[in-house]
Amino acid sequence: MSTASTVHTAGPAGLPRLLADWHATGRPADLAAHLKRYGPVPLRGRRRSRRGAPMLAATVERAGLAGHGGAWFPAAAKMRAVAAGRGPAVVVANGAESEPASGKDRLLLYVAPHLVVDGAVLAADAVGAGEVIVCVHDDGRLPGRVEAAIAERDAAEYDPVRLQVATVPGRYVASEETALVHWLSGGAPVPTFTPPRPYQRGVNGRRTLVHNVETLAHLALLARYGDAWFRGIGTPQAPGSTLVTLSGSVARQGVYEIALGTPLREVLDLAGGPTEPVQALLVGGYGGAWIPAGTSLDLPLTPAHLRAAGGVLGAGVIVALPAASCGLAETARVLGWLAEQSAGQCGPCAHGLPAIADDLALLVKGGRAHGVGDRLRKRLAVIAGRGACHHPDGAVRLAASALSVFAADVDDHLRHGPCPRVLHTPVLPLPQRTSERGHP
Amino acid sequence: MSKRLRVNPIACDAHGLCAELLPELITLDEWGYPIIDPEQVTPALLGHARRAVAACPTLALHLTDAGDSATQPDR
Repeated sequence: MSTASTVHTAGPAGLPRLLADWHATGRPADLAAHLKRYGPVPLRGRRRSRRGAPMLAATVERAGLAGHGGAWFPAAAKMRAVAAGRGPAVVVANGAESEPASGKDRLLLYVAPHLVVDGAVLAADAVGAGEVIVCVHDDGRLPGRVEAAIAERDAAEYDPVRLQVATVPGRYVASEETALVHWLSGGAPVPTFTPPRPYQRGVNGRRTLVHNVETLAHLALLARYGDAWFRGIGTPQAPGSTLVTLSGSVARQGVYEIALGTPLREVLDLAGGPTEPVQALLVGGYGGAWIPAGTSLDLPLTPAHLRAAGGVLGAGVIVALPAASCGLAETARVLGWLAEQSAGQCGPCAHGLPAIADDLALLVKGGRAHGVGDRLRKRLAVIAGRGACHHPDGAVRLAASALSVFAADVDDHLRHGPCPRVLHTPVLPLPQRTSERGHP
Repeated sequence: MSKRLRVNPIACDAHGLCAELLPELITLDEWGYPIIDPEQVTPALLGHARRAVAACPTLALHLTDAGDSATQPDR
């Protein structure tokens, strides 16, 4: 049964959704403009349905909203898990976007911070949290931008919860859920062993709901317009819209809002299409996977379809790799960086990632690198799943997909040494090095 | 109640005692870290498993009820 339990206002048809105001005005929305377009935040408090769950969670579950931080975990399940506990609670809006090829969270926070904060306040209201912490990396402007949006709301005494911004150190693993919570609790920005997970014991021991900022923005609209509206685009298994970051050999790199289930080819066309022949696409993030161009372009962009094709939708990163560059060399560069970004806490990751990065470098160099391919495959088979977080899993996935998609290059390098395409300008961006390991 | 072995990879320091005491279920990777059989510990090996857990110098090895970590939201 999918009847909405509350009367909602009519939501916009089609796209854009999260970026509607931005596309209409070209200006980041201040609080007045935001409220004029979307109306007030429909707080429902901890009113319960007959079965005792928060009413918002029921709407979220009917809508099928999943997390947009990379894992696509059902948002309602997370909310219920936190709501089921007792004692003080915190909502953490995770906008610490450390994925180098992703820009969606930053864009969202710049142009629609009030959607994100609305969502966080709604979530806090539903789980009984008195505090919201919006986490961002410091790019020189973003913390101030979010603080300004919060200051507008504080001046209007708009929200029943405390709002604050936290500026997270820039290392890759800092935005992992347990790492973020650990750092917010005064620890190092590195993952912790679970259990307990944040929903049980999080920031300073309080039950903590961590959601990606895009998930919260979707929540802000879903709460206003209802689950039937939410399911108006997308697919039955993957409803709604999502933000993707397109880069590489496309005419207009940037962040786009698409309906889930849109074929990859159409998504690339939104960005003006390929500017030159494309050999493969990196999808998900640097913990995602390569998929070959060609038949992949017909792939509907949903988590399930990407998984079935040996890829992952992840954080919506899509990089078009030109045929003129060498995918093996690109992957070796990124694996080197992923190895540096290891928190260094778990043996299989701290030792395994540099080892597979070295193996890939040897495969790029080619020549008499016999046995390296076999050794690399054996290593890839034992590293995943043995760290405290999924960092090594992503690195292994990326490396394994490269061996598959660029198999011809592996062979060619072994026979003839590095191909001329290794000299192509690097396509996959990496943050600049600083003195401290991993901190951009 | 059936049990599984689980290692805390952060606490683990590759001392390797677990693999010595329970080679049936634990092998070491090339860097000395344990690779643990994910299946339930059979009754015959349960005693050995408990000894391996007790022997770990960093208390990194745990015997958990089967199905524990699988019921929680991940990530």
